Amino acid sequence: MRRVYFDHSATTPVDSEVAKVMMEYMTEKFGNPGSIHYFGREANKAVSEARANVAALLGANSNEIFFTSGGTESDNLALKGVAFANRKKGNHIITTAIEHHAVLHACQYLEKQGFDVTYLPVDENAMVRLEDVKNAITDKTILISVMFANNEVGTIQPIKEIGQLAKEKGIYFHTDAVQVVGNYPVDVNEYNIDLLSISGHKLYGPKGVGVLYVRKGVKVESLQQGGSQERKLRAGTENVPGIVGLGKAAEQARLQMAERIAHVQGLRDKLIKGIQERITDIKLNGHAEKRLPGNVNISFFYVEGESLLLNLDMKGIAASSGSACTSGSLDPSHVLLAMGMTHETAHGSLRLSLGSGNTQADVDYCLEVLPPIVEKLRSMSPLSATSKLAPSNPCNQCHHH
Amino acid sequence: MYSEKVMDHFANPRNVGEIADASGVGEVGNAKCGDIMRIYLDVHDNIIKDVKFKTFGCGAAIATSSMVTEMVMGKTIDEALAISNAAVAEALDGLPPAKMHCSNLAADALHEAIKDYIQKKGK
Repeated sequence: MRRVYFDHSATTPVDSEVAKVMMEYMTEKFGNPGSIHYFGREANKAVSEARANVAALLGANSNEIFFTSGGTESDNLALKGVAFANRKKGNHIITTAIEHHAVLHACQYLEKQGFDVTYLPVDENAMVRLEDVKNAITDKTILISVMFANNEVGTIQPIKEIGQLAKEKGIYFHTDAVQVVGNYPVDVNEYNIDLLSISGHKLYGPKGVGVLYVRKGVKVESLQQGGSQERKLRAGTENVPGIVGLGKAAEQARLQMAERIAHVQGLRDKLIKGIQERITDIKLNGHAEKRLPGNVNISFFYVEGESLLLNLDMKGIAASSGSACTSGSLDPSHVLLAMGMTHETAHGSLRLSLGSGNTQADVDYCLEVLPPIVEKLRSMSPLSATSKLAPSNPCNQCHHH
Repeated sequence: MYSEKVMDHFANPRNVGEIADASGVGEVGNAKCGDIMRIYLDVHDNIIKDVKFKTFGCGAAIATSSMVTEMVMGKTIDEALAISNAAVAEALDGLPPAKMHCSNLAADALHEAIKDYIQKKGK
């Protein structure tokens, strides 16, 4: 069967060059970077090169790049590390309602530790208002954390402006850029970013490795104790194959950025336009222009997301949904609800996230397969533009939600 | 992960549609939950001669709706009333734990339809 992968926001395939260099650092060049002998020096040099490659991609210095186990650890280290190190300055943190759970749940943990957290709302396009950030700042604010672009609806936030504001107020600014780095240009100086999270497997690198960028001078407390790796911020023997892989992926992203964006964005626009031309009663979720190059997120009224996903999967297309059924919880996506979407519309959302390996033929195939699936599900649905439902249906299990 | 039977009923749902002038119609769930099931019955001499469904929901919601229509076709009202949500899930070789809670309401929809039929008949 034809297989089309449209779930690059979940994970990307490891680039073959990346995999090749990683293999080398597992089998032949397996040394511990902390060892003084040849094997150790060889591994140490490779880690330094990877660090330089990540720094170059971000416009940062090598000594501001700290390798972690992934995006979740980077977010935790940024939030908790800054909070604990700057407790004497204040106990207030500003973030948004649409962050990844790695940020949201770290903030909830900090609330239990005595910190105050403001969760900013977003508009109907999932955009944070600069005015709201400004108004939330108090003399106790030590950190602002706003994601660079949302993983579900792709909206790119006014990072530069928020960064500028934070700089003027002398508040640290962290951004979760997991969906962005490698897929869209990021410069930590241009955007006034103090801390930034990266995940290796979202930019054609391996899983299990990530980066926290920490601007020189920013105080962060380490969360795990042990050896003196990563300048004592992150103890533990370096994941050399992962780090080398991420370095290679960063190098390729830097060299291929322009063509990667042009290719993926072209496919995205063709897919959005094609769906809009072929299917009625839909809504494009997220900002029309300020969105990630590969993100398509559309709600199909009167149908439910998991049913859409299963039908697409039966035709070989891999996608994702903000429906409760696919989130493993009983509520649909917190991002879609924060955008003011009704539960019905949120349940019917479909995310197609495109990547550099996708082709025009993939998009054509999706445009051929998707309309009859939506039509079939709608023909089975008791909902329609004119449907009348009992206003308070007995939902004797669901009312426990 | 869904069983093969669930996927079969999801991919090829039985008895989809509506019945004009149905003897009874039952609906459970709401759009907020992400599941709405509506069952239509055609009853003659206490026997379910025809049954159709319309469902908005996930794979489990559609599969359980389809399965319950197969289970009650040709059955008496009493036999249909004895069918439980658990029996529907069992007939599908089980459902993932998360789905037992919210998407397994097809028997409830059936019972609502029977209630509607009995009320209409009583008038």
